[in-house]
Amino acid sequence: MVRSVLIALLLVAYGPLLTAEPSDVYSFDNESEEQRFHNLISELRCPKCQNQNIADSNAPISKDMREEAYQMMSTGASDDEVVNAMVARFGEFVRYKPQVESRTLLLWATPVIVVLIGLLIVASIVIRARRNNDSDSGLTNDERERASRILSGDGSERSS
Amino acid sequence: MKRAFLFIPVILAVVLGVVLFAGIGKDPNKLESALIGKPVPEFQLSDLHDEGRQLDRELFKGRVSLLNVWGTWCPACRDEHDDLVWLAEEKGIRIVGLNYKDNRDDALVWLDRLGDPYQVSIYDPRGRLGFDLGVYGAPETYVIDAEGIVRHRHVGVVNEKVWEQDIEPLVQRYREKI
Repeated sequence: MVRSVLIALLLVAYGPLLTAEPSDVYSFDNESEEQRFHNLISELRCPKCQNQNIADSNAPISKDMREEAYQMMSTGASDDEVVNAMVARFGEFVRYKPQVESRTLLLWATPVIVVLIGLLIVASIVIRARRNNDSDSGLTNDERERASRILSGDGSERSS
Repeated sequence: MKRAFLFIPVILAVVLGVVLFAGIGKDPNKLESALIGKPVPEFQLSDLHDEGRQLDRELFKGRVSLLNVWGTWCPACRDEHDDLVWLAEEKGIRIVGLNYKDNRDDALVWLDRLGDPYQVSIYDPRGRLGFDLGVYGAPETYVIDAEGIVRHRHVGVVNEKVWEQDIEPLVQRYREKI
């Protein structure tokens, strides 16, 4: 009991630290600009860290990139212009959404290809199962009639 | 026909194995520079040794150079420093230093104490040129050809092995082109 109270106290005390946003504060004219900035920096990947966007990363390079994105935005740059400026410096690595081009075509097409393969497999299983039901049970017509008589419980079958 | 299908999992496993094996040993921290084949970005920065002297990218013209990004705050830069001095003194390599996000006084003390391998030192306290170059972790060393085009980037410490394997062949090649 004492321990859980202590843990709760610790969480309360350190809570603000755990959820601390990157310390730099940017001001915006309106909320949609702010939203745009946040979308932008969460789509850019920090080159120093392996898998963090520059919104979440506290690496110095991410701070520089946020700063640059903010500066570019405040001089009226579009989202694409900001992203392209980062790609020109740091390479395609910083894009979380790679562009569709010949080099990344396979990457984008893989989900579709996998779904198609899955559909083909399911379809072939279904078709084969149907075909088996229809004809491939290996019985002649006579035998089939006999089988249905037996299944329907007709006693005359036993005597023959 | 049905038997052939039984091999599909094996084939899939082999393909996956080959793909994953190809990735073993690759360092995911090393990125290809986006500037390969492009000129050094424009800059206007002062000389580390002489505040009044402005430097720009013309300084790369005419000779193959190494551009070494460093700072006194960077422990790995200390590690490679002796090798840079060796390259400059024994091999006669032209090394341009980019003092990145650092403090002029500290940097000058460092060079005074450990030796100065740089023929030219660019002072970039705010990291502007570093940012335009796409520097994401010091030390970084670039091979710049005599026309001021970036030919190679090495992220991390330059030592004798890196020099012989990665950098020297490129320096030789671009020297011959002059």
